[in-house]
Amino acid sequence: MRSPSFVRFASLALVVIGTSAGVASAAEMNISVELPKLQVAEYHRPYVAMWIEREDQSFVANLSVWYQQKRGGGAGGQGAGESGTKWLNELRTWWRKSGREQTFPIDGVTGPTKPAGIQQVKLTGDKAPLASLAAGKYWLVVEAAREAGGREVVRVPFEWPGKSAQSVTGKGTSELGTVALNVSP
Amino acid sequence: MNRIHERVAQAIAARKAGSRAFRVAIAFALTAALPYAAEAHRPFIVPSETVLARPGWVTFDGAVSNDLFYFNHQPLRLDNLQVLGPDGGLVEITNSNTGRFRSTFDVQLQKPGTYKVALVNNSLNAQYETAAGERRRWRGTVERLGDIPADAKNVQITQQQQRNETFVTAGKPNDVVLKPTGVGLELVPVTHPNDLVAGEPITFKFHLDGKPAQGVEVEVVPGGTRWRDKQNDSKYTTDQDGQITMTWTTPGLYWVEADVRDDKTSVKQAKSRRASYVAVFELLPP
Repeated sequence: MRSPSFVRFASLALVVIGTSAGVASAAEMNISVELPKLQVAEYHRPYVAMWIEREDQSFVANLSVWYQQKRGGGAGGQGAGESGTKWLNELRTWWRKSGREQTFPIDGVTGPTKPAGIQQVKLTGDKAPLASLAAGKYWLVVEAAREAGGREVVRVPFEWPGKSAQSVTGKGTSELGTVALNVSP
Repeated sequence: MNRIHERVAQAIAARKAGSRAFRVAIAFALTAALPYAAEAHRPFIVPSETVLARPGWVTFDGAVSNDLFYFNHQPLRLDNLQVLGPDGGLVEITNSNTGRFRSTFDVQLQKPGTYKVALVNNSLNAQYETAAGERRRWRGTVERLGDIPADAKNVQITQQQQRNETFVTAGKPNDVVLKPTGVGLELVPVTHPNDLVAGEPITFKFHLDGKPAQGVEVEVVPGGTRWRDKQNDSKYTTDQDGQITMTWTTPGLYWVEADVRDDKTSVKQAKSRRASYVAVFELLPP
């Protein structure tokens, strides 16, 4: 039996959610991340994490996390099948902000590592996590860490959803190339 | 070190009196010498890593030396070592070995959370003169106090409470093992010990017998002393809440030490107490 006061509370809550979310259901974020081609004797695809932070750099939401899904274990690929979650803490900034709080895989976020080149990620305002992202100023953060290589973080500021289309870029110097973000309201 | 040489010399002299006497004498020489050696040098337990992404194995080195963190003097005796898991329960220690310069052991972190590795010693040290006027030192437990001759003169007994710790975390950190036991000098982390990042303030609290300890001097020495000319040690004094706050700038391993001398003994024969605390922490880059 729901009391009348609970019903009032519930409808009030719906109104609140209705105003804070859905502000940008038609809005989009298009991210392109350049994973540089490196002339090294031993190249492994980097682990990459992308997430959103508030202006004060507090964590908001994960967008993508790429890590080795299965251990190859030789030419036949008959490895132990052990996933590469063991090394996720090498994405050191992300690990502290969010990674250590998670269980893996994360639905809609985690996936396999990507080859060198330009990688695209498209997110729409009608789906998580953007559907619940309040209007305001944020950072897009991209972190890459490579086995037997280095680690780098690139931050790009943006406004969500913004009044007009935004195009912002950041540039890494070692493990990341250009990080480009296009936001359309 | 002279005292050790003296005892060993006595022991070798005793060899002539028969092999059993020799064994007893050499054992006495070593037990008498070790606590003083440990006092003058720096004990430490160093984990192979402190932050793991998921449950797995960690190996540890334990040694006593002047130089941090090098194995060049004595291994750490592991007799009173314990590892507590994220739920506060005891965790198995495997592959223990004590070599010439260091001890090693492995721990499997089977569950996510924070683990505490602690070597806790509670012993008595005595100085006395025999009826013949010879000075002697003794180390043992309260049950063995009878070893001190009944006719000994100027008997001075000190209670020693030593705690030597380090922390490791698999996955998400938790704080069950960070709660103090209430015995001796302990570090109560305010900043989680596996969440230390260069350039960010770190706050630690010290407790003596479970209560905040004001005015305790805490020494911090970064590892890697062999590769620099100075110790680069820092000293901090705990405030009225028993707290110190500091910022470490260079990523690496850090050695933290504090000790308190007072007369609050839990053994009535002991008139003074020395409670000491040592820990090793890893500072990660931002």
